[in-house]
Amino acid sequence: MAELKLTNLDKAYGQVKVLHGINLHIEKGEFIVFVGPSGCGKSTLLRCIAGLEQITGGTLEIDGMVVNDVPPSQRGIAMVFQTYALYPHMTVYDNMAFGLRLAKFSKDEIDRRVQNAANILQLTPYLDRLPKALSGGQRQRVAIGRSICRDPKVFLFDEPLSNLDAALRVATRIEIAKLNESMPDTTMIYVTHDQVEAMTLADRIVVLRGGYIEQVGAPMELYHRPANLFVAQFIGSPAMNILSATVSSVSDSAIEVDVAHAGKASLPFGADAGLTGKSVSLGVRPEDLYITPEGESALITGEIDIVEALGEVTLLYVRMPGHEEAIIAKLSGDVQVERGDTISLSAGSNVLHLFDADGASILRAQQKAA
Amino acid sequence: MHPALQGLITIVVGVGGCIGYFYLSNVFVDKVLFPASGPQAGRNINRANMVRPWLFLFPAIFALGLYLAYPVLETLRLSLTDRDAGGAFVGLANYKQMAQEPKFWEAMRNNMLWLIVVPAAATAFGLLSAQLTDRIKWGNIAKSLIFMPMAISFVGASVIFKLVYDTRPAGEDQIGVLNALWMSFDGGVFSTLFLRLLPAAILLGFAAFVLYGVYLIVRPLISSEASRGGGSWWAAPLRVAVGLGGAWLVFLSLRSVFHLFTATLPYGDPQTWLTIPYWNNFFLMVVLIWIQTGFAMVILSAALRGIPEETIEAAVIDGANPFDIFFKIKVPQIMGTIVVVWTTITLVVLKIFDIVFAMTNGQWETQVLANYMYDKLFRANDWGVGSASAIVIMLLVTPILVWNVYNARKEMR
Repeated sequence: MAELKLTNLDKAYGQVKVLHGINLHIEKGEFIVFVGPSGCGKSTLLRCIAGLEQITGGTLEIDGMVVNDVPPSQRGIAMVFQTYALYPHMTVYDNMAFGLRLAKFSKDEIDRRVQNAANILQLTPYLDRLPKALSGGQRQRVAIGRSICRDPKVFLFDEPLSNLDAALRVATRIEIAKLNESMPDTTMIYVTHDQVEAMTLADRIVVLRGGYIEQVGAPMELYHRPANLFVAQFIGSPAMNILSATVSSVSDSAIEVDVAHAGKASLPFGADAGLTGKSVSLGVRPEDLYITPEGESALITGEIDIVEALGEVTLLYVRMPGHEEAIIAKLSGDVQVERGDTISLSAGSNVLHLFDADGASILRAQQKAA
Repeated sequence: MHPALQGLITIVVGVGGCIGYFYLSNVFVDKVLFPASGPQAGRNINRANMVRPWLFLFPAIFALGLYLAYPVLETLRLSLTDRDAGGAFVGLANYKQMAQEPKFWEAMRNNMLWLIVVPAAATAFGLLSAQLTDRIKWGNIAKSLIFMPMAISFVGASVIFKLVYDTRPAGEDQIGVLNALWMSFDGGVFSTLFLRLLPAAILLGFAAFVLYGVYLIVRPLISSEASRGGGSWWAAPLRVAVGLGGAWLVFLSLRSVFHLFTATLPYGDPQTWLTIPYWNNFFLMVVLIWIQTGFAMVILSAALRGIPEETIEAAVIDGANPFDIFFKIKVPQIMGTIVVVWTTITLVVLKIFDIVFAMTNGQWETQVLANYMYDKLFRANDWGVGSASAIVIMLLVTPILVWNVYNARKEMR
């Protein structure tokens, strides 16, 4: 129900700055996911939005109103914590009703809302239990229920699944997705370091690193057109292979590059002629590599170091001379190779990514200029 | 022989004796009594293992039996005999005699007063100081200062407070802080402010505080919420009892406010504080509260730190104000620790002796049970009544002790 606008938002603890001028516009009803490595500031950003951390500089607007100094309870938000944060001395019912009682709702209204939330999350049989008598998944559902009761404009999730075991994590993730569908007007902001959660849940993903936003975009956009090397390597598993290369020629419709210690590649888009002779990074995703057929020139040739057969797919770690890190290739599960074999790999020209010396995507730079 | 040398020899003999006992008795069991060899080696090993714990526990059990269990039984026997009749069995005569003495009932009444006021005040002040010192920079210094009286013996503290309450004739310099303060009041504006308005405000604040607590405790009984959620059968009567106790406290403080404004105060006369009947009990209690607050603060401070930060943040988002957070989120989560602290202080209070002995020796209606027992046992040389009062103290302590141990064990789980 609410749109959020973050303008030049800063957060510092004393001298240490952890968020640097965050600008972000979140539309009504959007599901936004903040991802990034540990310590990138994603949780801090969420806590700034919640009001649990004081904003050092810039503004945060909810529905056009600056809320920098509005206490958390009046921002129309609800938050689900990683550790559930249930009140251990209250029953499930009282946990969900606590905020409503403080807000002086009538008894009937409280009961209606709690029963409703309990229905949605199948918690009705547990309303009289204390949190310690519940399993981890049930506790997290209670925490979500507590948030639903508040009927918030903005729903905040702070790594809600990281304390659950793998099977429960998938089930709860699907429940959160369903919840999002059933509350189309509620804006949701979700923090995670798990890219699977980010890719499956998000309308838009915000990738953070070191307190800066690296890229904002739909999951598939981030996957297909990463703005820079960091996003390219962060999204996708296993991570994208990066090869150092030199641009040999540039035309209006193609860029030719020489990959160091390997073959040549051609990318089907133009660039500034000044790029010729510059050193660049060529990115290729493991799943885009295939064994070079007869008569085609290979992009990469190397010795297989490790073979990981996972059944449906096989991961190959290929050692290429002059290249420190192993190249990872994700091939179909029935590929017949062994450790120590020499292998040639190619990739289609339209799936290659090219980054300049600073790590910025050359394709995106072209699109922006056009 | 030099005393230090004697001490050294005692330590060597004592520690060496212990080590020797454990080592030699172990060897005896393993080699002589049940040797792990021969045709019955397996059976002998099992038997040795069954005997060994008792062997090692024996010194402790023996010492506890000799110095704790035997005296209890002997006291019980003595309380049923009469010294003047050559130790003849007299049944419950000593108890009857004791029940007829006004001094005994005065001691019982005072003990009950101590029992209500001191644990409550020490726990409340401890909780308050633990919460207030939690987040401030100089909190640790403040905590050290509040904790320091714990290092002073009861008698030492009594001497300090005897000086605080000291009285000199009018016209001389008062060396007691309380009288020095008192003498500076003369009935003017400041006297009204400090002796009537300020205490009245404090009392009213206390009454409001207790009233809010009573409201929180009794509310589930009035509203229909009582029907849902973990209500045991004893919860309702307990809530009623606590509620009534709180209401009584509110009544007392309101009555005191009334008295504050109607009483005529003897300005200019130095007061002998420890001889004012009834109130002198409270002057004695202050000493113990001063000592025990530090204990309560340290334990409760650790408990407060153990509360998960997220539950407090969740409450902040739920719209709780600092009072809600303290009373509805923090206090319920550390209730177990509060009970343990409360009962531990209660045990100290029930045995209270040194402070009364050193400050008033039970005069001016300040007698307590332990001092009464000492009076009878060692001054009147009446072992019958003395032992009877000792048994009464033990009977009062035991249930609280059991409950304390039960709660402490529950906390440790």
